[in-house]
Amino acid sequence: MTTESTAPLPGTLTVPQIAIKSELLTSRTRAAMWFLVPMMVALAVVAGWPLLRTIYFSFTNASLSHLDAAQFIGFNNYLHWTTLKSGKVLWSGVLADPAWWNAVWNTLRFAVISVVLETIIGTIVALVLNADFVGRGIVRAAILVPWAIPTIVSAKMWGWMLNDQFGIVNDLLMKLHLIDHKIAWTANADTAMTAVLVVDIWKTTPFMALLILAGLQMVPKDIYEATAIDGVHPIKVFFRVTLPLIRPALMVAVIFRLLDAMRIFDLIYVLTPNSAQTKTMSVISRENLIDFDKFAYGSAESTLLFLTIAIMTILYIWLGRVNLAGGDR
Amino acid sequence: MAWFYAKRTAFYLLVIAIVVESVFPFYYAILTSFKSGTSLFQVDYWPTQISWDNYAAVFQNGSFPQNLLNSVVVATLTVALALLFAITAAYALSRVRFRGRGILLLTILSVSMFPQIAVLAGLFEVIRTFGLFNTVWGLIFSYTIFTLPFTVWVLTTFMRDLPIEIEEAAIVDGAGPWVIITRVFLPLMWPALVTTGLLAFIAAWNEFLFALTFTSSNSTRTVPVAIALLSGASQFEIPWGTIMAASVIVTVPLVVLVLIFQRKIISGLTAGGVKG
Repeated sequence: MTTESTAPLPGTLTVPQIAIKSELLTSRTRAAMWFLVPMMVALAVVAGWPLLRTIYFSFTNASLSHLDAAQFIGFNNYLHWTTLKSGKVLWSGVLADPAWWNAVWNTLRFAVISVVLETIIGTIVALVLNADFVGRGIVRAAILVPWAIPTIVSAKMWGWMLNDQFGIVNDLLMKLHLIDHKIAWTANADTAMTAVLVVDIWKTTPFMALLILAGLQMVPKDIYEATAIDGVHPIKVFFRVTLPLIRPALMVAVIFRLLDAMRIFDLIYVLTPNSAQTKTMSVISRENLIDFDKFAYGSAESTLLFLTIAIMTILYIWLGRVNLAGGDR
Repeated sequence: MAWFYAKRTAFYLLVIAIVVESVFPFYYAILTSFKSGTSLFQVDYWPTQISWDNYAAVFQNGSFPQNLLNSVVVATLTVALALLFAITAAYALSRVRFRGRGILLLTILSVSMFPQIAVLAGLFEVIRTFGLFNTVWGLIFSYTIFTLPFTVWVLTTFMRDLPIEIEEAAIVDGAGPWVIITRVFLPLMWPALVTTGLLAFIAAWNEFLFALTFTSSNSTRTVPVAIALLSGASQFEIPWGTIMAASVIVTVPLVVLVLIFQRKIISGLTAGGVKG
């Protein structure tokens, strides 16, 4: 690189200096391109290409052991029908599979309930942390513990606590006379989803609380002083003043959590294996892909999950734009 | 006055409830891990015995030390790789104007929204083609999908806020882009690097789906998979004591790290969320 030999006066640009500056700029842009290459190649190899291959496999009859011999079969994995001689029509494919729709229902149910409860509890925890009191640091450290614990470990810990015979949860509930017999929380069809929800809410509420807390801390303190002078009831202050002000931060947190909840896999795989009541789209896709050797069928299911999440993301960005243009904030 | 104290008490009861609810499951796992024999199946709320049997069992049980080593290697190298690629990319994305920068940033952000399952089939093929199946390299390679976008995103926002004058001074002194990154920006970026590195480390340490799918033998597994697949002498006998001991071993380092760096982690989490 060429540099100047004479020191220029600061703030003044001579003609050769402009030439050098633009030369510097182009060399900078060129260098920047090279700096981007490793990241872009890595993302292409690890995300872009595999995604395209998954979509491709969903249109073939590939199996785990014969990936190379995959043949194109159109939309048969998604929907396929054959008319029998008797005139009866047989439907097959993911879109005609009750197990798939059951998984879709489980995923939506899990995502909506967990995110709603996490938002409510997270807001309460954030409001507590936003108050001034002795020992606030300890509370903030304590709520980070569930977040720091690996999902698999929390699944196992809670699996043990929710154990039907020796679990502490049953023991506690019996002692408090809330239940009269021991419940097999994770194995029972009626309670399996509740168990999953409890563990997920326990684990991810801290994340929500911290995001909402960051929003709360941006609310100017004098607003509260003004409402205190006017003698407005605290609950009214929360719904009329605080909530509208933290809504942007809250919305981002909710969207992040919702997209995350839609793809849940590990907690359910470990806590309630083989339970039809908790199988989500991710769990059933992997089951077909790897365990049942229906590679192409599983690819079709994971492509559908990808499409669902992609549409949700696009909708969010689109709605977000509309909102900004409307000057709602 | 009585009303004031009632409110105070209610508030502190809520605080205590939050703390107990957060910490109790981990406390109970530690409690269980120190029990042995039949006392394991007796519910206790306070420590009654301290026995190291479960911890001894975990380390004598064949592959667990190896799994622990695998996890350390995978998480460390994943972080190193992500930071190396992300620093250079973040410099280009934050300091240099070029066409398509906005689209590129949006694409990177959308990759972090990817459901991992959507790339599983394709990635399985790539990993098998490269001969990385059932190796730690396959895991390190595949983990860049969730560590890289996040690291690039946070480092880009951080670098954008650094004053332009520092860079201009370096350019006047004849420094090239590589020198600017390594000598000028890197020393200023330690806080951001520690935060993103730590979050990436935790993500890689905890990852389950890829680790479960891309490894097939005890000696290449990472700890989350090893814990999930720990089984007893028979199918119906779940070794809760050893599972809890193993869980405590893999969790304690994380909890300690998180508590030491809690301020940085909170700022990193909110930077990824609120600004994103």
